[in-house]
Amino acid sequence: MSGEMKAGTNLERVLRAGHFAVTAELGPPDSSNPDDVIHEIGVMEGAVDAYNATDASGAHCHMSSVAVSALTAQQGLDPILQISCRDKNRIAIQGDVLGAAALGVGNVLCLTGDDVTAGDQPEAKRVFDFDCMHLLRTLRIMRDKSMFLSGRPLTTAPKLFLGAASNPFAMPYDFRPIRMAKKIEAGADFIQTQYCFDIPRFKEFMKRAVDLGLHEKAFIMVGVGPMKGGRSAEFIRKNVPGVRIPDAIIDRLNGAPKGKKAEEGKKICIELIQQAMEIEGVSGAHIMAYKLEHQVPDIVKGAGLWPRPVMEAVQEPMPEPVPGD
Amino acid sequence: MSIGSWLRDHPRMLERAYGSTKSLFQKLDPVIKRIGYERVDRWISGPEDWSKKIIFNCKMCGQCVLHSTGMTCSMSCPKNLRNGACGGVRANGHCEVKPEMRCVWVEAYERSEQMGTWGHEITHIQPPVNRQLEGSSAWVNMLTGVDQEVPKGWVGINTIPVLEKNGSGS
Ligand code: SF4
Repeated sequence: MSGEMKAGTNLERVLRAGHFAVTAELGPPDSSNPDDVIHEIGVMEGAVDAYNATDASGAHCHMSSVAVSALTAQQGLDPILQISCRDKNRIAIQGDVLGAAALGVGNVLCLTGDDVTAGDQPEAKRVFDFDCMHLLRTLRIMRDKSMFLSGRPLTTAPKLFLGAASNPFAMPYDFRPIRMAKKIEAGADFIQTQYCFDIPRFKEFMKRAVDLGLHEKAFIMVGVGPMKGGRSAEFIRKNVPGVRIPDAIIDRLNGAPKGKKAEEGKKICIELIQQAMEIEGVSGAHIMAYKLEHQVPDIVKGAGLWPRPVMEAVQEPMPEPVPGD
Repeated sequence: MSIGSWLRDHPRMLERAYGSTKSLFQKLDPVIKRIGYERVDRWISGPEDWSKKIIFNCKMCGQCVLHSTGMTCSMSCPKNLRNGACGGVRANGHCEVKPEMRCVWVEAYERSEQMGTWGHEITHIQPPVNRQLEGSSAWVNMLTGVDQEVPKGWVGINTIPVLEKNGSGS
């Protein structure tokens, strides 16, 4: 699928050129020091096409995703700004997106967000003024119609490549491809899935997605991640909403010799990427290596996805005035 | 089992009840209009709240989409999702936020499958909630049409063409 360029970000160019794309999650620091972000980017530099800046994922507060994205852009790299509907209402979100775009952010991943009860401040007020569908459509309206949701015009529309998440591994399974279709209709240009450890279930999901033609309307990226060992995999399975890790994976991690567990986790991750690459309609991999960012280059190499394509920068076209409607 | 949960497990029946109440209100519209929508809202929002709370655990958002969500109130989802289910649903189909409760959207989807008339509307994208309508009568808002109003930027995207061939259209 090539299609019309929406924002011209590195990620978008890689995908539209038909390469198997790789993105990775940046763990935002609990600090106000920009060097912490720059250091982490450095660990993964050259291994990925774009970096996801998470927005208080798991309802744990860290440096804001707008700031992490802007710092990434300053390094000449391509950020994916994650926005969750949990903490901000429609007024705050639309302003943040304009600000982020002004700071060089072109990719935005629209999420509903984990509930406040998943975090360390469960007494917080949950906002959820929007759901992710509203968020996607609103950003699409800002981009395509150059207006806020209210209809008030923008003088310069943000150029956005819009993303959404999908969890093929959560009930109701039959409904998941339909919900992904809704997200694409609402505005998603790309999809990043939840951690995939269950290839048969993912295949079923992708088959239905391909039947619906969704892989021709959006780039679908499989979510993967290395596990440190059986214990941490069990912890994630228990505590991170929506993550399913089959017993077989946990047994395999536990069965690895002491000191080699993380190595085994990396191997599993590489195998999962390679298996997913064989599935029709999969356009890329999204690596969530929480606290294991240093493994990302090895994973990318192991999967045969190194080096990453170097895309020619697009000529910035003059922003065209967009009529009110 | 409460009467409410028994009824919720019979979505076809609820769907028919919705259909007939809707046409009753539409027939009464001229009378209601003469009395004044605001006055009628004051009269019926109390009883509407009471009855819909028993049956649907209704939150009186004032813009009812029950028939599009498997006759299951999406506002009783702790995240208030109008377009669920979220990715956090537990392995047993229970809610991410309230482990003791089945996910509202898992139930909505199952029930929509049993419905004859509006079941396919589960594929529609519901627009953002107008928080100003909270607490007012959804029936009156249906008659005045205010429940259908969307922000200017949001144009009718409440159907997913790719799925229309499977549904009965709208
Ligand atoms: S699991 Fe279901 S009911 Fe719970 S927050 Fe998510 S969509 Fe709502």
